[in-house]
Amino acid sequence: MSETTQPVTQATLVKKAAPKSDYKPADVSPQRRVQRSFAVRLWSIRHSRLLEWFYSRFADMFLLLHPLWKGIGYNRVEGPIKFVEKRVKGFMFDCRMCGQCVLSSTGMSCPMNCPKQLRNGPCGGVRANGNCEVEPDMPCVWVKAWEGSRNMVHGDKILDVQKPVDQSLRETSAWLRVTAQAAAAREAAANAKTGASA
Amino acid sequence: MIGRQRDENPAGIHLPLEPLPGHTSRGRLERVLRRGEFAVTTELNPPDSADPEDVYNRAKIFDGWVDAINAVDASGANCHMSSVGICALLTRMGYAPIMQIACRDRNRIAIQGDVLGGAAMGVANMLCLTGDGVQAGDQPGAKPVFDLDCMSLLETCRIMRDNGKFLSGRKLTTPPQLFLGAAINPFAPPIDFRPHRLGKKIAAGAQFVQSQYCFDVPMFRTYMQKVRDLGFTEKCFILCGVGPLASAKTAKWIRSNVPGIHIPDAIIKRLEGAQDQKKEGKQLCIDIINEVKEISGVSGVHVMAYRQEEYVAEIVDESGVLKGRQPWKREIRRDDQMVADRLDRILHDDITETQVDMVKTAH
Repeated sequence: MSETTQPVTQATLVKKAAPKSDYKPADVSPQRRVQRSFAVRLWSIRHSRLLEWFYSRFADMFLLLHPLWKGIGYNRVEGPIKFVEKRVKGFMFDCRMCGQCVLSSTGMSCPMNCPKQLRNGPCGGVRANGNCEVEPDMPCVWVKAWEGSRNMVHGDKILDVQKPVDQSLRETSAWLRVTAQAAAAREAAANAKTGASA
Repeated sequence: MIGRQRDENPAGIHLPLEPLPGHTSRGRLERVLRRGEFAVTTELNPPDSADPEDVYNRAKIFDGWVDAINAVDASGANCHMSSVGICALLTRMGYAPIMQIACRDRNRIAIQGDVLGGAAMGVANMLCLTGDGVQAGDQPGAKPVFDLDCMSLLETCRIMRDNGKFLSGRKLTTPPQLFLGAAINPFAPPIDFRPHRLGKKIAAGAQFVQSQYCFDVPMFRTYMQKVRDLGFTEKCFILCGVGPLASAKTAKWIRSNVPGIHIPDAIIKRLEGAQDQKKEGKQLCIDIINEVKEISGVSGVHVMAYRQEEYVAEIVDESGVLKGRQPWKREIRRDDQMVADRLDRILHDDITETQVDMVKTAH
């Protein structure tokens, strides 16, 4: 009886149609999607405020370590940091390593998980139940982003217009880039100040 | 001489109009909207052929009823004649096309090239869209590109027009003069984000927006209330999308198969109860137009009558939204008409004219 009450979706049909012994390509839809669960991703969005607080501390710590990164060389730490970042963010947000993280502006819902990779809000095809047009079993990334952003202190950053993704930054560490940029900005500000006083 | 129509270049119908102060394009649609007239736009069903006559025949049925025609860019991810191609044909004949650009099929290199190409051919209006996913169309195995999204596409076009630069910063020798559009869908979740999303689109460069099919007027009214409160109606012209439903069966099919179209049960019930469902669908569309045109902040309607294009004229006529105004209509010039008549006589009337006879008749 419990089988009949299960909602029949496209993904379940696909799953049923293919025997378990069949070859399953690793990252090809929709087989891959069937096996995926969105529980961790949704947990992160529900706790967006906590994560926002945590990330701001974390970013400060990274900035404090700037002399260390600079001492070793940013290009040399890139490898290990990226290794950690990819796994941590991959687990928490299903991160796709676009290298230009906007999680703080999107309610901790990674926009690169949107099949259209929209970075500026939901498309017009969101289903009435709030699921994705392309992947009927996945909650729309942007519906969740809006919910997540409502919990955050700086949630209105979701209203900023984002630039298109720079594909040349794929598979690089966003943490280090943000840190390097913040450090450069800090130095520029300090230089301007000493220049003005001198 | 016959009196020239309003919004027509005296040197030729295919040429851009005189630039006006405060206008960013040299097209007819912007003039109509900025004059405060209630605009009517429609959508051309793109042919699956390489024959230009197919485009002209499909455009002809809108003559004198619409202010601009959307040239869709593989809507629903189905292959058709490209929007650039349709626009090139339409501008030659003096029509005002709205070139739709979808981010699904082309990356930023191709899109910026098409913006320039379209503008060079006289396209004054461009509608920036994200595009449906490839899974919706006839080629689900295609690679979805989505290099830009509708927002960054709008911004790209605006930068090209206002700053005279490509996205990379490289200079354009002549920037395109464009009236930029976008799409809105007030009927899909997250409902409370939708008005803010319009704000984002305006910030990115949208000057007019066309909405998804509106079948739920109260929902649209609530949306417009929010949009008015945010002050967006002064920055942007909003055109409400409407269209006739062929039958209750089609309505049900659309509701469950076409993403993003919201049809309330009451609408389906009304269609089911009717004797002639097609006629009722048309009447329903007219009723919706009459309701939405009264909502303050609505500057026009976008009539989408897919495969029922012949109804567009009737719908516009019977709803009376034009208030007696006649949009630009393609007319044959008097000298062209004279040549055509003469040729017709020579070809079809069974007469042999000699030069001597012609001289005699001339005297």
